[in-house]
Amino acid sequence: MSVKGKKITVHDMTLRDGMHPKRHQMTLEQMKAVAKGLDEAGVPLIEVTHGDGLGGSSVNYGFPAHSDEEYLSTVIPLMKQAKVSALLLPGIGTVDHLRMAKDLGVHTIRVATHCTEADVSEQHISLARKLEMDTVGFLMMAHRNTPQGLVTQAKLMESYGANCIYVTDSAGYMLPEDVRTSLGAVRAALKAETELGFHGHHNMSMGVSNSIAAVEVGATRIDAAAAGLGAGAGNTPMEVLIAVCNRMGIETGVDLFKIEDVAEDIVVPLMDHPIRIDRDSLTLGYAGVYSSFLLFAKRAEAKYKIPAREILMELGRRGMVGGQEDMIEDAAITMARERGLLA
Amino acid sequence: MTKKIRCALIGPGNIGTDLLYKLKRSPVLEPVWMVGVDPTSEGLKRAREMGLKTTDQGVDGLLPYVAADNVQIAFDATSAYVHKENSDKLTALGVMMIDLTPAAIGPFCVPPVNLKQHVGKREMNVNMVTCGGQATIPMIAAISQVQPVKYGEIVATISSKSAGPGTRKNIDEFTRTTSAAIERVGGAKQGKAIIIINPAEPPLIMRDTVHCLTEGEPDQAAITASVAEMIKEVQKYVPGYKRVNGPVFDGNRVSIYLEVEGLGDFLPKYSGNLDIMTAAAARTAEMFAEEIIAGRITLRPTAAV
Repeated sequence: MSVKGKKITVHDMTLRDGMHPKRHQMTLEQMKAVAKGLDEAGVPLIEVTHGDGLGGSSVNYGFPAHSDEEYLSTVIPLMKQAKVSALLLPGIGTVDHLRMAKDLGVHTIRVATHCTEADVSEQHISLARKLEMDTVGFLMMAHRNTPQGLVTQAKLMESYGANCIYVTDSAGYMLPEDVRTSLGAVRAALKAETELGFHGHHNMSMGVSNSIAAVEVGATRIDAAAAGLGAGAGNTPMEVLIAVCNRMGIETGVDLFKIEDVAEDIVVPLMDHPIRIDRDSLTLGYAGVYSSFLLFAKRAEAKYKIPAREILMELGRRGMVGGQEDMIEDAAITMARERGLLA
Repeated sequence: MTKKIRCALIGPGNIGTDLLYKLKRSPVLEPVWMVGVDPTSEGLKRAREMGLKTTDQGVDGLLPYVAADNVQIAFDATSAYVHKENSDKLTALGVMMIDLTPAAIGPFCVPPVNLKQHVGKREMNVNMVTCGGQATIPMIAAISQVQPVKYGEIVATISSKSAGPGTRKNIDEFTRTTSAAIERVGGAKQGKAIIIINPAEPPLIMRDTVHCLTEGEPDQAAITASVAEMIKEVQKYVPGYKRVNGPVFDGNRVSIYLEVEGLGDFLPKYSGNLDIMTAAAARTAEMFAEEIIAGRITLRPTAAV
């Protein structure tokens, strides 16, 4: 299918999914520098919050350097053209967080659930719509549901008031053919005016290919992060996506050289470790495990001497979903005991 | 046969039916009424088959019979939205309410932590917090009995099949009610609650994780002993309550990894989340019933608040 002349909205993840590899410790100065760079490069929508969304501050996911309020109120006033979005996972954040985000000038709210549990988002999606926000339903770990199952869940979110539905490859597990099948089915089932989006992780190096496959079947919003700063092996790298879109004639409105400079000059220097496909992040994609489990598994390896790769395989086998970070230490202890490493 | 205190159950759904099985076994409680709103409800039919009187007219259908049938305790397993009305109507007739909804108009009750205190105060409405709260607050209390807890956080993971429509529609009520009870009953200065729904097949047994940040270095030996003691207390009414790992000590963090398997009365064993609620509610009612039977409490009508 020709994508030439298609217009898409790229949605930047550097300051939200990128919080995972930063252990939610990004400084306000770093946020400002990245956000200003993205705004000047023409990125239309930028997500800002704790990596696990509004209210993510916790022992389980990590306490951030600053509150969501501080990050949002620092970034939003600086934006010349970009709008700011916030993520909310029902069960972690509540409608109180949503109202706070709206009051601080957040334009887009993305309500995220596991891909089979969309009905927990009704309270939040319907309120966001009532507040006249750009309201997105975000179906995570999409590889764990069939295309028809995703259709049912997407239509639930649409019925609550979402004007855009995302199929989210949280584990970086999907291959381009999976993307075409799943997003194609969802596109065909949604109302014509409801937008479709795709969020990828680069654990199998499919970030850009999957994003293009999504555009081919009708996605108009694509998530990406400068230099790929995101959980696991990172998100779809924004600068690469823009370059590919330019070559294919997909219109993004983003200036290639400027976004390359943001990635190279601002984002790469603030990384705590290179965002790349190492054996552990590859395992996330291979076993279909939530990408933000990566650093927790590495820490458990250091403490309990069980290789992160084996912990991640075990979590995949147990069918863990996003948010179950507590089960990483639990699984590592159980495995260490079984192997005689712990009493 | 010793005297039993007669009870009504409001809400013939999964929770109400599971609770009915537990009450049928109680030496001090006798379930006599099941209240619903849908004449075609399976739950009402099942209750009739088990020998209960039923009404499909809601609490109003029960009120004319409260005195004649000597109903003294009622359990509300409906929803937060209708609980207050149900409670006002019944407490006005001197019926004590045990609230299994997240409405929380009465004080929170987590049996091994504060049930005795409520019995002493002769409360006419007590709230059973949430499933996650029942599973975790005893652990937070066990730690805060040893030393001050500046922050208490819980992560409750339940299987998709055991998450009913009420929980799903009002998931914020879970986080709010549980975090408030972590502070008020668990004794943490600040509370946070997280709930995760997992669709894995076969369904996973309820898991609960407790993370506390203590003030100062945790007293490892004392906390470990206190936690073990509290687990035994919970096991008295939820035999499938068990520690999987921990307590883990890491700086001032104390983490405990738990699993709650249900009794499998009416609901499958993986639904430990529902079992711990009905077991806690039954335990609470039994304690009040023992006091009533012994003549230490007389229930009196209360004006609506």
